[in-house]
Amino acid sequence: MKSAVILFPGSNREHDAARALKLVAGSNVNIVWHGESELPKHTDLVVLPGGFSYGDYLRCGAIAARANIMGAVRAHAEKGGLVLGICNGFQILCEAGLLPGVLVRNAKLRFVCREVFLRVERADTAFTRAYRKNELLRIPIAHGEGNYTADETTIKQLEAEGRVAFRYARADGQIDQADGPNGAINGIAGIYSEKLNVLGMMPHPENNIEAQIGRTDGRGLFESLAAALKAAA
Amino acid sequence: MKARVIVTLKSAVLDPQGKAIEGALRSLGVSGVQSVRQGKVFDVELAGNDRASAEGALKEACDRLLANTVIETYKVEFAE
Repeated sequence: MKSAVILFPGSNREHDAARALKLVAGSNVNIVWHGESELPKHTDLVVLPGGFSYGDYLRCGAIAARANIMGAVRAHAEKGGLVLGICNGFQILCEAGLLPGVLVRNAKLRFVCREVFLRVERADTAFTRAYRKNELLRIPIAHGEGNYTADETTIKQLEAEGRVAFRYARADGQIDQADGPNGAINGIAGIYSEKLNVLGMMPHPENNIEAQIGRTDGRGLFESLAAALKAAA
Repeated sequence: MKARVIVTLKSAVLDPQGKAIEGALRSLGVSGVQSVRQGKVFDVELAGNDRASAEGALKEACDRLLANTVIETYKVEFAE
């Protein structure tokens, strides 16, 4: 497995993402500067890490989404290649049009940094096959703009096509938008592209991969990717 | 040629920042404020004097970068 973690000015979670990919998925990892125009040869997975690319100027992810490397990321996604955007990476994927909708300011205007419950909506994708459907995960979030929104038609389409990856849940597994950390519509914490090969999510699975420093609920995502790529090889 | 681009949230989109500003104006005692919506202004200088090509360039700038048309609308004003 070969991964490329894209580094933008202001990214700050690239090493955590790289570490999780190496440690859990056993991946070879290249950190790729945004000014490059090609991905390293035979890249299986592209990760857009968390952070504050370009200081969140204009809109979160807006400038990074127009970076040089994004042409290659788009081509990779169009060929069916796997792309994972975490936090700022999710915002970049939306701004780049690789995922629909947009992440706006949290409904209560607060930067929220805490662990949340996430419900796994489906366990048959390259990103979630190591989990069970409806499994509850505890994964941290840390964002000020994670309030997912899109027009009504898009939301209906995402729901009908099973493209919601994770939802913010209560401890009992129920979904209550009003209880969510950021006001995201239908409690949406992550979504897939049409072909399920692009995933954007606000929570940070790369944070919870070692028992020594907390939980290991995030490991499943990286294990899933390794298993999916092994199966495809 | 100078132009001003004004980007605002679509009316159906909630604007929590505007709401907070509205609340702050109220607590300052500024009277008569019914609601506040926050937006962005870009002052752009363009080469040449051809209005049509400037409009074309600014439309492209808005559609491709300055506005996220999922949630925002924009208008362009030219300085006299």
